[in-house]
Amino acid sequence: MENTAPQLFKVTIDGVEVEVPPGTTILQAARKIGPEVAPPAMCYYEPLKGSGGKCRACLVKVSAGSAKDPRPMPKLVASCITPIQDGMVVENYTNPQVVDARKSVVEFLLINHPLDCPICDQAGECHLQDFSYEHGVGTTRYEEDRRTFEKEDIGPYIQLHMTRCILCYRCVYTADQITEKRVHGVMNRGDHAEISTYIGQAIDNDFSGNVIDVCPVGALTDKTYRFKNRVWFSKPVDAHCDCEKCSGKVQLWYRGDEVIRVTARKNEWGEVKEFICNTCRFERKQTSEWTIEGPTKVSRASVISANKYGKNLVTKPDFALKLAESQYKKIDDDRPYLHEMSEIQQSEDYKALMAKDEKYFGHK
Amino acid sequence: MQLTNRAKKTDKSELSLFERSYLPSLATGLGITIRHFFMKKPTIQYPEQKRYLGPVFRGHHILKRDEEGRERCTACGLCAVACPAEAISMVAQERKKGEEHLYREEKYAAVYEINMLRCIFCGLCEEACPKQAVYLRHDKFVPVFTEREDVIFGKDKLVEDPNNRYRRDAWTKEDAMKLWKND
Repeated sequence: MENTAPQLFKVTIDGVEVEVPPGTTILQAARKIGPEVAPPAMCYYEPLKGSGGKCRACLVKVSAGSAKDPRPMPKLVASCITPIQDGMVVENYTNPQVVDARKSVVEFLLINHPLDCPICDQAGECHLQDFSYEHGVGTTRYEEDRRTFEKEDIGPYIQLHMTRCILCYRCVYTADQITEKRVHGVMNRGDHAEISTYIGQAIDNDFSGNVIDVCPVGALTDKTYRFKNRVWFSKPVDAHCDCEKCSGKVQLWYRGDEVIRVTARKNEWGEVKEFICNTCRFERKQTSEWTIEGPTKVSRASVISANKYGKNLVTKPDFALKLAESQYKKIDDDRPYLHEMSEIQQSEDYKALMAKDEKYFGHK
Repeated sequence: MQLTNRAKKTDKSELSLFERSYLPSLATGLGITIRHFFMKKPTIQYPEQKRYLGPVFRGHHILKRDEEGRERCTACGLCAVACPAEAISMVAQERKKGEEHLYREEKYAAVYEINMLRCIFCGLCEEACPKQAVYLRHDKFVPVFTEREDVIFGKDKLVEDPNNRYRRDAWTKEDAMKLWKND
């Protein structure tokens, strides 16, 4: 009789072994190990079914297909849509081919992406910024004009900047899965493809605001937050409220005492697990309407933590305190305190000091 | 202990009769005076002529305009985040229709303030600016302020005057002195 109990597949990613259930993708297995081996993802979004496989940011090299058939896969594969096999060996950051390919992916994504980060509200929390900073090159070889679109108004809450779109389809999947009607889609093909609503129709679904959080770039931004402040000058605070439509767990972004923006909470991969409704996002901008849980933990490396002096930043690092403690010596203070120069000159300490002086400088 | 070789031994010998008459010393002194009379004068006429402050001098901040006279600053906040003294603050605003000749980009700084008490003139704002908007002038000091209200410099003091554009003509001392003669 065959063993039908669910078995775990063993995969090795960048030399780290991990056991995951069958059907897991390479990207999910890598994320299980940790951020040091996890490939970047621009289009894959775990809570959205069907997302992934579009941006090619997560390309990895499979150097052994499985334990039964250890031949390598001929081409780099998109790790977010490739399921693992037992005994698969994956190379991510350790493979120069992957690192090289990722540089090209950055270049491709930036071909039509305008360099208007100074104006863009997403700057500072933009996945494309992070991605190109970590994996791209500092220069561009592109000389042609970037594609432009006619400006389109998609309602009072959401601002669409089509030029910044990288066509990851995340917002389309959000609109398909969170909302019931299809209100949002991609029109035209190839270079002309554009995210749009049906001819000027405004999005009026209760959860439509989530496309803002889902967008990895600044193509969809909050109109009520437009040009209010840069993200690194605002202070994120975790808060919740009793909302009949959504979980009510949000992040408030403060400037002084003023709530300038409300967003859903993102996990370490920049993904929103609990979508919030438009009432929470756009209407509730008073501190009195929220129960504050405390400041959001922002990584030290993030620009959002710049110019903020939380308690954790003011306290001295553990290492320095421990070092000082381990090196602390009590000073023997029992010796008589000498005042007269003649007495001092006769003391052992003075002689030792003079001897040292002579050793260093070679004169008296 | 001898530190340098520049020490001179003082001549303490008796003065001769001729020397005691003080006439040779008088003539030497007068000679020096007359020589200086014909030498090039190091004095400059200060408010009209300004001394060259060096190739890396960082003085008064200026918010540049572009070739068409539009403000370059887009209030991106990079200068403020780069500023180690946290002297810069700004409020951004969206450019309205019809203001295209005033501001270069979609967004502009409605308020741009530098606290000159905080500023340490390190020039990191200049380095951070992606739009080449903020510069520290090579030729102008921040004036002395006597009131606390004067300390914060707003856009009225920082934005370049379109009729008196800031151009860096002199990169060396010689260039700077050439400019004096033209005045």
